Amino acid sequence: MSELCAVTGVGQTHHDAERSDLSMHGLVREAAVRALADAGLEWKDIDAVVVGKAPDQFEGVMMPELMMADALGAVGKPLLRVHTAGSVGGSTGLVAAKLVQGGVHKRVLVVAWEKQSEADASWVLMMKIPFAAPLVAGAGGYFAPYIRAYMERSGAPKDTGIKVAVKDRLNALKNPYAHLKMPDITEEMVADSLMLWDPIRYLETCPSSDGACALVLTAEDALGSCEKPAWVVSTAMRSEPTMFAGRDGVNPQAGIDCAAELYRKGGITDPRRDIDVAEIYVPFSWFEPMWMENLGFAEQGEGWKMTMSGATALDGDMPINASGGVLSSNPIGASGLLRFAEAALQVRGMAGEHQVDGAKLAMGHAYGGGSQYFAMWLVSSDKP
Amino acid sequence: MRDVAVVSFAQAPNLRSDRERNEVEIVMPVVREALDSVGLEQSDIGFTVSGSCDYLTGVPFSFVMALDAVGAWPPIEESHVEMDGAWALYEAWVRLQHGDIDAALIYSFGKTSLTDLDKVMSCQLDPYTLMPLWPGAISLAGLQASAMLAAGTVSEADMAAVASHSREAAQGNPAIPEAEGPADVDDLLSRPRVAHPLREHDIAPATDGAAAIVLVAGDRAAEVCDKPAWISGIDHRVDTHAPGNRDLTTCPSARMAGERADVGRSHIEVAEVYAPFSHQELLLASELGLGDGVDVNPSGGALAGHTFMVAGLARIGEAARRIHDGTATRVLGHATAGPCLQQNLVCVMEAAR
Amino acid sequence: MAEDPITGIVCPIRLDYTITPGRAQTRFLRGLESGKLLGQRCPATGKVYMPPRGSSPTHGLPTTEEVEVADRGTVTTFCVVNLQFASTVREIPYVCAQILLDGADIPFFFVVQEVDVNEIRMGMRVEAVWKDPSEWGPTLENILFFKPTGEADASRESYKEHV
Repeated sequence: MSELCAVTGVGQTHHDAERSDLSMHGLVREAAVRALADAGLEWKDIDAVVVGKAPDQFEGVMMPELMMADALGAVGKPLLRVHTAGSVGGSTGLVAAKLVQGGVHKRVLVVAWEKQSEADASWVLMMKIPFAAPLVAGAGGYFAPYIRAYMERSGAPKDTGIKVAVKDRLNALKNPYAHLKMPDITEEMVADSLMLWDPIRYLETCPSSDGACALVLTAEDALGSCEKPAWVVSTAMRSEPTMFAGRDGVNPQAGIDCAAELYRKGGITDPRRDIDVAEIYVPFSWFEPMWMENLGFAEQGEGWKMTMSGATALDGDMPINASGGVLSSNPIGASGLLRFAEAALQVRGMAGEHQVDGAKLAMGHAYGGGSQYFAMWLVSSDKP
Repeated sequence: MRDVAVVSFAQAPNLRSDRERNEVEIVMPVVREALDSVGLEQSDIGFTVSGSCDYLTGVPFSFVMALDAVGAWPPIEESHVEMDGAWALYEAWVRLQHGDIDAALIYSFGKTSLTDLDKVMSCQLDPYTLMPLWPGAISLAGLQASAMLAAGTVSEADMAAVASHSREAAQGNPAIPEAEGPADVDDLLSRPRVAHPLREHDIAPATDGAAAIVLVAGDRAAEVCDKPAWISGIDHRVDTHAPGNRDLTTCPSARMAGERADVGRSHIEVAEVYAPFSHQELLLASELGLGDGVDVNPSGGALAGHTFMVAGLARIGEAARRIHDGTATRVLGHATAGPCLQQNLVCVMEAAR
Repeated sequence: MAEDPITGIVCPIRLDYTITPGRAQTRFLRGLESGKLLGQRCPATGKVYMPPRGSSPTHGLPTTEEVEVADRGTVTTFCVVNLQFASTVREIPYVCAQILLDGADIPFFFVVQEVDVNEIRMGMRVEAVWKDPSEWGPTLENILFFKPTGEADASRESYKEHV
């Protein structure tokens, strides 16, 4: 039994380094209220609430969805909390979609969020754990060696990452909700920025943001006043172990398998041709070319060509991260859902200034952990 | 709704302190047993989902390490909730409704000996008005027990009777190898209070452990298991957060979840309810409409051994076991989360499909 | 008298945890006490995991066979860190590398020093520099860092499946 599921409401906060104007409850509600308004619904119309966020140490509250059950409009309703590391925003969207597709609920409110400014995000990410091998220098220190391996494997030009960093920040200028607004950004500026973990520069790195994203997912017979739903065409989720003999950390099998299932269920045979726009999880600029290959948009070793040729630009043939992506806003728990939400906005024609003309089929992609957790969806303006 | 059954349940012994094994080493044999007992391999499982808590392990992303216990290769479809394994089971049940896969593996783990659980539970509270007071789970439970005593809905003897029964029942449960010795009500009532009105026997000892359950949908369930425990109803609800905003002598979310899971449709023979405090077992039995004819917590319940993040999944497993061994035909497992039973899940299982 | 609105509170949280390394890690740490790097072999694939975790990540099987690996190996990939981070205090820039020790089948992260950051390269052979044995305890901190051995670089073949 599989019911159709549609996105009928999208809401997000204005992401920023510190939303000190709001409590955690307020942050979540800013996004949720917008999503409900978009869907033309009230709190009472929602059957269940699904919350996603990353480690609770980021805010200093354990299982905060419990203490904000009231703010979430969840009293008297089922409330779930998903946590799958960085991919959590995506997997939360998938858990909620399954509630509708499985015929369990008609209208589900999904909220993914992080208010990293409340505690100390860098302490959380670099916690010194007894007996464990020293996790040397944070997320960037973990990924930088794999990026180096990609550069070596592919022979990509050294400024590929710079091009992505500029592209995404310029796209962000067209997204009123994005955190980083850098109208003066240039390739020289990025090239000159501090090399944090060679080969990753400061300006090729995502920010740390407070933010929330909310969606209303509804069943086909509960669309309400929504005239332009984004239909969920297919979904997929895959995990692999963090470390095992022979693991390819540059082009993870879990990502390949996840995309393959997504395409198979969605009837996609040529992703680059069939998909109009994609929002993918790029926290360090070099992940764009790497994911182009992992997702099958480009042949192995050629993902960088898509970046360098302008194919992934807003006016290219495969626009990537029209919203500015994770490089422009990164509330960790929300980032995955933001990718899913932006994909939905595109096919609903509601992406405003960063709208890709004629977008009918869009992909949302999220990954987490040591590139081991993947969650993806395809949404369409047409009913499947 | 698609028919889904609990076909196997395995749990590690609930130990006061397992200083030898880490979480992966505790989970691994439990997962293996849950799969082996129904002749399944990881490759037969379409969806794997776990429940655990970063604040309990003290480490962010702590669920990641447990994946080593499962053998996630080739890559698997896997998810995780920052909740008791009972909610992971719920997510698996939902996933199976989709119809494209037939089997799901659920596991959860917790090592409460790592830290002061009572203090950690304060971190679950409203950070502006409650957490800074550091009340702890025991004090809040004490407030609830006080309210119930004042309202006359329970007596201290009733509470001691729950504890006495729990100890008696746990003697026979290999999952509780360190059970407190049997004691009668008068003996227990003579013991000193720990946090008025609670005495030591009213409070579950915190333990280390893990549990795993395999769910199978449709005809396949009967192929792998002689007496599958068919889930006839499953629901969960949450109440308002602040204990001061609730009537602590009631538990509306448990009542509602029980109604939605259709507990009352016919007689429940065995009910395993997650009550780490004795008075909570009485409150839950009342809200779920469990009368005298119901065998409540024949395993000893969470009161005999409380592994945070596992106790709820274990209640569902213990109840399912009574169907697997043929001693019952209609049972329920319950799980709770949040201060003073704020959130509740009820899972009704039957021998008949 | 107008009062400024309260826009935040600070709630200090202190939680103490006693971490259990577990059986596999205990063996590993005991090995370090006597200057050895002990891994464990996966019974299904024969691959040696160092540090060992008690379980084969691909098969979920207990890894009981112990294998000692060398304290020298090959850099499979690396990065150069230019910023001081909270958890470590080192002279910057410093090199973090994935090192495939001889005998192990997964690389592991460690700091490489006594190397010019322009010289560090994939395939470089490195060896552990240990603290004085009198200072050894059950910890990876017995190893201060890895440094180049001066040998010729390892062939790409020897480590290419780990990159």
